[in-house]
Amino acid sequence: MVKYFLGQSVLRSSWDQVFAAFWQRYPNPYSKHVLTEDIVHREVTPDQKLLSRRLLTKTNRMPRWAERLFPANVAHSVYILEDSIVDPQNQTMTTFTWNINHARLMVVEERCVYCVNSDNSGWTEIRREAWVSSSLFGVSRAVQEFGLARFKSNVTKTMKGFEYILAKLQVLPPTFSLLTDTGVSPRGPAWCGVPPVSWELCLACIVN
Amino acid sequence: MTSECAASPAAAMNSVGEACTDMKREYDQCFNRWFAEKFLKGDGSGDPCTDLFKRYQQCVQKAIKEKEIPIEGLEFMGRGKEKPESSS
Repeated sequence: MVKYFLGQSVLRSSWDQVFAAFWQRYPNPYSKHVLTEDIVHREVTPDQKLLSRRLLTKTNRMPRWAERLFPANVAHSVYILEDSIVDPQNQTMTTFTWNINHARLMVVEERCVYCVNSDNSGWTEIRREAWVSSSLFGVSRAVQEFGLARFKSNVTKTMKGFEYILAKLQVLPPTFSLLTDTGVSPRGPAWCGVPPVSWELCLACIVN
Repeated sequence: MTSECAASPAAAMNSVGEACTDMKREYDQCFNRWFAEKFLKGDGSGDPCTDLFKRYQQCVQKAIKEKEIPIEGLEFMGRGKEKPESSS
């Protein structure tokens, strides 16, 4: 399961000022968590675009509950790569940024497109998309599915236990037939005067 | 507006390789000037910073290997890129 974000921002500066500022934006008063910045790849393509890859190190500030759950992650800074394509002919810039460690815990990917603002050519707009994903979602899905499977198997044992005892007591012939359960309420006649909604209601009726 | 406001050493970023910080800042100054005055104006040729860049890269790539930062083999622009045409 991936969380998706879409947003738009406007900077009231021209595209060339914004693109130049992009390479000079660290440090600033709002970037105390950014520790290092390095260009690790750069090239000008034949069609005059600038490709760059920037490596950033950021502090890893987690809430207290996360520090307790993931102690191994606490000591390590976050490494982030930011790839960018500057296209001065079309006056656009595209960036793609993501973390390359702590990935088993969470991955955040951000894609931005910078272009001239459609209303004001002296301004620059940024279209920003992000995807937040975590393999922990898979863990909680697995826990739920395990819980349901275990519950269904226990229901089978419950009913078999009843049949066994009832047969022994010779009160009722063992003609109980287990409804095959797919987790969906079976249609058909009501049980105990209650339309079948769930196994739980069915059991509650028998026990009472 | 020219990039007159070159950052003073105290207000600039460090490199991930401690020994590379001065080289990085020197390269950044060269790049920022070329970027604003030449590249953005359509003149992408004649990059005057290639030597500075080479020296800086030698230093920083070594630091990256030493710190085991996993930047190898990562596709440019990640998921945003189209499938590479080369097959294996």
